[in-house]
Amino acid sequence: MNIDLSLMPVTLDVAHVGLGALSLLLIIIVVIMAMFRSSSNTNESTVEPNKEQVTPSDKVDESAIKQNLLKETTPEAALQLLMLLQQDARLIDFVHEDLAGFSDSDVGAAARVVHEGSRKVLQQVFNFEAIRSEDEESRITLVQGFNASENRLTGNVTGEAPFTGTLIHKGWRVNEVSLPQLAKEHDVYVVAPAEVEL
Amino acid sequence: MKYSIGIDLGTTNSVISYVELGSIDEQSSQDEPVTGLLEIAQLTSVGNVEKKKQLPSFLYLPHDAEITDAETSLPWGTQTSKITGVLARELGAKTPIRLVSSAKSWLSHGGVDRKSNFLPLNSPEEVNTVSPLQASIDYLAHLKNAWNSEFPEDSFDEQEVIITIPASFDPAARDLTAEAARAIGVRHLTLLEEPQAAVYSWVKSMGDNWRDQVSVGDVILVVDIGGGTTDLSLVAVTEEEGNLILNRIAVGDHILLGGDNMDLALAYQVRAKLAKEGKNLQPWQVQALTHGCRSAKEKMLIDPALDAVPLVVPSRGSKLLGATLRSELTRVEIEQTLVNGFFPEATIDEHPVEKPRAALTQIGLPYAQDAGITRHIAGFLSKQAGATDSLGFDSQDEFIKPSAILFNGGSLKAPVLANRLLSIINGWLTEAGEDKARLLDGADLDLAVAKGAAYFGFVKQGNGVRIRGGLASAYYIGVESSMPAVPGMDAPVEALCLAPFGMEEGTEAEVSDREFGLIVGQPVRFKFFGSTVRRDDVSGTLLDFWSPDELEELPEIQANLTADGRKEGEVVPVRLAAKVTEIGTLMVEAIPREGDQRWQVEFDVRD
Repeated sequence: MNIDLSLMPVTLDVAHVGLGALSLLLIIIVVIMAMFRSSSNTNESTVEPNKEQVTPSDKVDESAIKQNLLKETTPEAALQLLMLLQQDARLIDFVHEDLAGFSDSDVGAAARVVHEGSRKVLQQVFNFEAIRSEDEESRITLVQGFNASENRLTGNVTGEAPFTGTLIHKGWRVNEVSLPQLAKEHDVYVVAPAEVEL
Repeated sequence: MKYSIGIDLGTTNSVISYVELGSIDEQSSQDEPVTGLLEIAQLTSVGNVEKKKQLPSFLYLPHDAEITDAETSLPWGTQTSKITGVLARELGAKTPIRLVSSAKSWLSHGGVDRKSNFLPLNSPEEVNTVSPLQASIDYLAHLKNAWNSEFPEDSFDEQEVIITIPASFDPAARDLTAEAARAIGVRHLTLLEEPQAAVYSWVKSMGDNWRDQVSVGDVILVVDIGGGTTDLSLVAVTEEEGNLILNRIAVGDHILLGGDNMDLALAYQVRAKLAKEGKNLQPWQVQALTHGCRSAKEKMLIDPALDAVPLVVPSRGSKLLGATLRSELTRVEIEQTLVNGFFPEATIDEHPVEKPRAALTQIGLPYAQDAGITRHIAGFLSKQAGATDSLGFDSQDEFIKPSAILFNGGSLKAPVLANRLLSIINGWLTEAGEDKARLLDGADLDLAVAKGAAYFGFVKQGNGVRIRGGLASAYYIGVESSMPAVPGMDAPVEALCLAPFGMEEGTEAEVSDREFGLIVGQPVRFKFFGSTVRRDDVSGTLLDFWSPDELEELPEIQANLTADGRKEGEVVPVRLAAKVTEIGTLMVEAIPREGDQRWQVEFDVRD
């Protein structure tokens, strides 16, 4: 999804560039939502509600959805990750709890379980690398032809590259994903089996 | 044969490492052989297969209704009735009656029949129990399959395989390990003592510089604290024709004491702390706590800035809040429990305290009763005071004084523990007016054994220095002395030396001047002894007296003359001969006066 901003006509006003960026963002959201929907395995109507959010944006993007430029993600990997996060970090249990009525120390104890476990899972499955090596809050310059999917411009986005601005977040890139292999008949929808002690 | 494969078949974890032998042919000595660590595919949760550097040495025997065959798929097939690795450990934590653990400790336990199916101990009748030997076969088979699926071109059976064993393994345990390897089809096998493997790993990591690190007259003490056992060895440095030679001159007793004991000790301490707050833990919580203590220990011992690590035991149900137990482990607690409990201040005269066990002890592993590793080391150094006498080193009176120390095992990665141990040993040396021992470092304490084992395969081909060792013990059989019978007294037993100390691989010794009458078809048993201190006895030496700590009685051995053309009941005069095989196992044979038949005398016999 590379968009070279320098290709835009210079006469185009700021508002349109902003709108373009917004629509891009919305598409990303739609993709993510679609991924989660398919992973939750519900057969409800597909992406309709999200489409409403998309309508105010450019027509080009609308047709992109119609032309099926989007790819479907398989729920398997998402469910597998969910299983690992439940198994080692009790994430589903934690998120399903109502925190009201519990003291901070209770929440803290549970948070340690979730944090320690999630960390272990993420370290095992993904190999992360910061996209930018500069310190956050320092001034950096993006030269022409920079990678727009790795570097997101915000704020007073005008003019042409090189862009100079403050690095707010250094970004993360996953270099390697190593999910466990699955047995062919394994039911990934069971993210945590019921446990019965005899 | 393209690779040398080193297998650290551990009590709690197994590791497999390799060296590509072809990669070093006709190259200058500077070139490093291609080495690697095999990532072992294994079930990590039901239906999930992951590759890990370690294969937890656990075997889980699932109930038919527990897991479907399809859920136990591995790259090379399904593990239907037996699950090994991470999943076995995880399932077993919740269903201990179906979990086989510490098979290696059972393999070296002379008090049980190691080929009979009794593991898991005290499991219900419907569980299809396995023998310690079978469990070892299963672990090795898993490693073999993992190798073959990773290297389909270079079949495991065709490679040089080196399996490490504790230096203190008795002949029967060595034999059983070799038998397990044969059972999975290994053709080129060698057994290597773990402390020696650690030394090889150190030599390899030093490259040619190892010669600058030690000099003639040095005595290196190897302290290997594994998960389940502590293994001690002494290696002396001598010179021959200008070349430095390493000689393994002594090994310690079998001490069932290791890192797992430390985790358990910490968990019990936290349990006591929680009990004071009125919270009593259930068994599953203690288990989770032990797990938590292990990672807390590792974090804190490696990071000196941490003062406390919180411990949480999550609830078992889906309600996490309110039901999660919280406690913490402070640096003071960890250091007190581990430093004072396992590495207590001790003088060189303080040796392990062994109380006689209560008469009605359940059958179980002979865990060390004294957790003080420093006392075990003091006992070992004192017992081996004469280990260097024959090498022409300065005579040592009270105890042997090491001049260098090599550590191995994950527990000793912690600077607190390593420094403590070093300072206690150096305290003994200083008091005796000797220089302090220096620490040889540079080895990877977790993986050194497997790496050193694979490197040994390379050394075996004539590259680099080879440690001289041979038998670390002299072996004797008990012979009833021909004294007139005295009512109420057993006929005194004399010990006849079969295999002398230091007997080398591939050599044979025959007791020529003594014959035994064996009856065809009737098994005959002999008492069997080992001694790690009597270095001067030769084959055929007859002892009519020895002090109790000189000779250790081992499980009986049995000679069984099959008919083979002879008449049942016929008495055949035989001589006994001992042989150390190239693999590294001891073999005792009965040779009849006539004919060229030979009968093997069996170790590990039971009723």
